[in-house]
Amino acid sequence: MSVQAAAHAEHPATNTGMSNVKVGMWGFLASECLLFGALISTYLLYRGRVGQAGGPIPHDVYDIPFTSVSSFVLLMSSLTMVLALAAIQRGDERRLRVWLVATALLGMVFISGQVYEFSTFVEEGLTLKTNVASTAFFVLTGFHGAHVSIGILMLLSLWGISHQGKLPPSRSEAVELVGLYWHFVDIVWIVIFTLVYLVPAPAGAGGG
Amino acid sequence: MATREGAGHDAEIDRETHPHPSPKEYVKVAVILAIITALEVGLYYIDLPNGPLIGLLLAFSALKFALVVLWFMHLRFDSPVLKRLFVTGLVLAATVYAIVFIITLANRSSGAVVGG
Repeated sequence: MSVQAAAHAEHPATNTGMSNVKVGMWGFLASECLLFGALISTYLLYRGRVGQAGGPIPHDVYDIPFTSVSSFVLLMSSLTMVLALAAIQRGDERRLRVWLVATALLGMVFISGQVYEFSTFVEEGLTLKTNVASTAFFVLTGFHGAHVSIGILMLLSLWGISHQGKLPPSRSEAVELVGLYWHFVDIVWIVIFTLVYLVPAPAGAGGG
Repeated sequence: MATREGAGHDAEIDRETHPHPSPKEYVKVAVILAIITALEVGLYYIDLPNGPLIGLLLAFSALKFALVVLWFMHLRFDSPVLKRLFVTGLVLAATVYAIVFIITLANRSSGAVVGG
């Protein structure tokens, strides 16, 4: 019996034939789709609107090469995350810890990039309160950044638990669940990067 | 009894799930994701009309989304129940966006100001 099958066999029989926590995690991710769907919708509706408040819109201050590198870093963290899962499923706890730390570090690089980007935007006059477009932008990307930060904490917790020898291959589902959350954060950024950064602003938008 | 239930449980898992890919396959998927990202950024700098540009960007984004969900999140290999659960969330999110979008457009065309 493989480690994967052994991990499954540890669960008591359920009506669905699947682990309840895994079904719960997918249900949670489905609900997160609604949260980010609402935030992305709000940004798309208001992205070119400055109203009487004036000021620049986010598109005026984007640094696409910089954000592209950040996006690439987050994308690659999904690879290291899935390699961590593969490592624990084949019983390689040392590699599991290496890939968990690598994923957390890539996440930290992404968050550092976001902090730098936000501070640059503020210097250029785009703050949370500048106009409705900037509010929608900062709320959306800020919420995403908060999710990444929570993911980093979960990864470091897993690393700590594994370091104490309390994360044997039979508990690989814990890594799988954190992995699902991490990949979700990545796919949300895939959508944000395209819709928020790369799709051009509506004609005539912006306040300079 | 308990043993038979356990055996049935294993059989169900065997029927609905498949082995996860190897690390080499994961690396291949990551390379494809990196190439698509490079293409997306390249498109941004090409002087294309908005229609085709947005269409291509959305198509690339959807492809990346699907690759991560199906391969890295293992939805391709896991039970169809999980797929249905996640797709339900996506469809609901798209519905919320469609409703808000239609209401906002209707308000704007009728002269009502919504949020600035």
